Amino acid sequence: MQKLGVFVCHCGTNIAATVDVKAVAEALGREPSVVVSTDYPYMCSESGQNLIKDAIREHSLDGVVICSCSPRMHENTFRKAAAQAGLNPYMVEIANIREQCSWIHKDREEATEKAIVLGRAAIAKVLLNTPLTAGESPVTKRALVIGGGIAGIQTALDIAEAGFPVDIVEKEPTIGGKMAQLDKTFPTLDCAACILTPKMVDCAQNENIRILSFSEVEEVTGFVGNFTAKIRRKARYVDETKCTGCGLCTEKCPVKKVPNEFNLGMDNRRAVYIPFAQAVPKVARIDPDWCNMLKNGKCGLCSKVCTVGAIDYKQTDTVLEEHYGAIVAATGYEPIKVDRYGEYAYAQSKDVITSLEFERLTNAAGPTSGTLLRPSDGRHPHTIVFIQCVGSRCTPEMGKTYCSKICCMYTAKHAMLTREKYPDTDVYVFYIDVRTPGKNFDEFYRRAAEEYGVHYIKGAVGKVMPRADGTLDVQASDLIMNEQLHINADLVVLAAAIEPSKTARRLATMLTASMDTNDFFTEAHPKLRPVESPTAGIFLSGVCQGPKDIPETVSQASACAAKVIGLLSKNKLTGNPCVAHSDEWMCNGCSNCASVCPYGAITYLDKDFRMPDRSTKTRRVASVNPAVCQGCGACTVACPSGAMDLYGFSNSQIMAEVDAICK
Amino acid sequence: MQVNETGAFVPTVVAFCCNWCSYAGADLSGTNRLQYPSNIKIIRVPCSCRVNPMFILRAFQRGADGVILCGCHPGDCHYTTGNYYTRRRMTLLFSMLDYLGIERERTRVEWVSAAEGQKFAETMKSFAAEIAALGPNRRLEDLRCRK
Repeated sequence: MQKLGVFVCHCGTNIAATVDVKAVAEALGREPSVVVSTDYPYMCSESGQNLIKDAIREHSLDGVVICSCSPRMHENTFRKAAAQAGLNPYMVEIANIREQCSWIHKDREEATEKAIVLGRAAIAKVLLNTPLTAGESPVTKRALVIGGGIAGIQTALDIAEAGFPVDIVEKEPTIGGKMAQLDKTFPTLDCAACILTPKMVDCAQNENIRILSFSEVEEVTGFVGNFTAKIRRKARYVDETKCTGCGLCTEKCPVKKVPNEFNLGMDNRRAVYIPFAQAVPKVARIDPDWCNMLKNGKCGLCSKVCTVGAIDYKQTDTVLEEHYGAIVAATGYEPIKVDRYGEYAYAQSKDVITSLEFERLTNAAGPTSGTLLRPSDGRHPHTIVFIQCVGSRCTPEMGKTYCSKICCMYTAKHAMLTREKYPDTDVYVFYIDVRTPGKNFDEFYRRAAEEYGVHYIKGAVGKVMPRADGTLDVQASDLIMNEQLHINADLVVLAAAIEPSKTARRLATMLTASMDTNDFFTEAHPKLRPVESPTAGIFLSGVCQGPKDIPETVSQASACAAKVIGLLSKNKLTGNPCVAHSDEWMCNGCSNCASVCPYGAITYLDKDFRMPDRSTKTRRVASVNPAVCQGCGACTVACPSGAMDLYGFSNSQIMAEVDAICK
Repeated sequence: MQVNETGAFVPTVVAFCCNWCSYAGADLSGTNRLQYPSNIKIIRVPCSCRVNPMFILRAFQRGADGVILCGCHPGDCHYTTGNYYTRRRMTLLFSMLDYLGIERERTRVEWVSAAEGQKFAETMKSFAAEIAALGPNRRLEDLRCRK
């Protein structure tokens, strides 16, 4: 006969206000096998845990049921307490009488009755629990960072500083990401390149960091501590080990009219190019869509001028296979396409631009060398209208429901900088709300509005109409003055919403990491585990988890690195012992289980069985690799002979719970 | 069969919830204090695909009046593909229950994410009301299990 202990938590008044905890403890104390049943104000507190430990030792309990909050909250706490008292931690079951009882019912009698039933179900289950021991697996002490923007760079640098090797995989030919395209950064107005490029160089020079630029992750298998990734190194037609980045090839290339992505198509580059002057790695790439040699075999000028013979027209994609202990997603964001908002005439007029385009127009390395000029005629704009929340805080049909968080601040920055450089320019900002929570953010916005005389107008722009004289008629409403406005603008700047990178969804599927409806990666806990994905070994850095500005991105990136370092500094990881196992005597080797296993954890062995008549028979039976199995249980249901079962959630345990509830 | 003080029928409802989405969704509806009937009792399973159709039959046999199975939205399964298996298995089970003459409304599959506390409470309320309207489940109940 097993001996069980039941511990009912008051959780202050959270449970005790609606559930008669004393009655629950008393009722459950009458259940067979229960030798001790008691209640306590805070079971998770130190004294509460000591109460459990003392009871385990005193009554030499075989199992423990705790009626408290959700197991998602304190299952580990109570398992640890049990282990400290010498009980196998998997002999603990929790009846969730807070989130799923006291908090959702008002009637005390009803709630008490339900708490007793939930307690009975937990007792029925724990009676069938078996002591489990978690297996151990080694940790590959190397991290993979996917995405080489500021988030990926900071995470990689911090991990490398701690002494672990890191690979950065970046899909573009250079690291740097969106931050490399920015001009100044709010609220201190330091130049983005001045603070970013030294970090990029640090990455290149750090012996623990390997930059795999112009590469994409194609496949990820394995589990925490033991991932294997296939990385496609796309052909750049330039030997990365030989190219010195001298730029001679780009000067001589005869194909001059290729839209320059780095300047968002506002100027041109050559078919062979280095994305920007401070690119890391500073290696040229030939664009096969434009190169005459690659398209029709005529030209070859670049290979003639290259002094080190780095040009290789026959280069092909290669696939690297590498092992990692931890993977960081730092895939960042894209501004949304604004052509769909016909009212802003983005597609009709060259002088309607996005904020990122504005950023390039004011950047010294941009298409106009930092002079603010209208893209259509190259004249200086005298009236500029900024429109906020383009696609943010919309209905789902019209755009994004969330706030993109950075637009209020960068618009204030753009407006302020414009007024500072060109005091003769009139600047209007149309906003729904100005949101400036952050250190020195509100002061910054007020400076823009008060000191720099930027006209902030609460209201919406209804239409932007290009006129014959080249100006733009901005029709808007001022909600505070309650009047219609017509502004004759030279330039209109749209603060486009940001959305997760298009590659994020495919990556999430590869990593089995979960995403929300907006394609942002979900964190393991929104407050307490903000940089980890619910999938063990996958970490989140930067905007791929939700909109954030640079200071927030960097702090999250460093937090993420700390978590990765914590994981990589372990030599062995204890796994989840709640895995599938097959009864070899019942298994008929049909392969149903292996065909539904998403992890490939099931293999087949030919095993000798000694039959009752003393003959030996060789049969094919399933065998589960406990280090790979994640414990979903798909195989247990697929098994026609009932040989496959799951530790911790066995068929008999779940049936016992069903019986206890239906009794 | 349970009745309340006014003599109205109170059905017994078993809810299977996957650990990663729906169980967390149920916790969220608790955190937000969203009420739903107390005759719904939740059983936590790692994934909706862990629910063997046998468990549902067992519940009916033991006197449950309704069984609801909740998992992550298709495509969002923590184990990548688990809820696709659930969807297929339950389609088969439903046609079998139909054949046995069990009302179609007594079993339901719902996708509730960890963020959908509101949806969880609404679903549970509507399901409990539907089962109450259907009345007690007699057809599959094992008389030997009667109290």
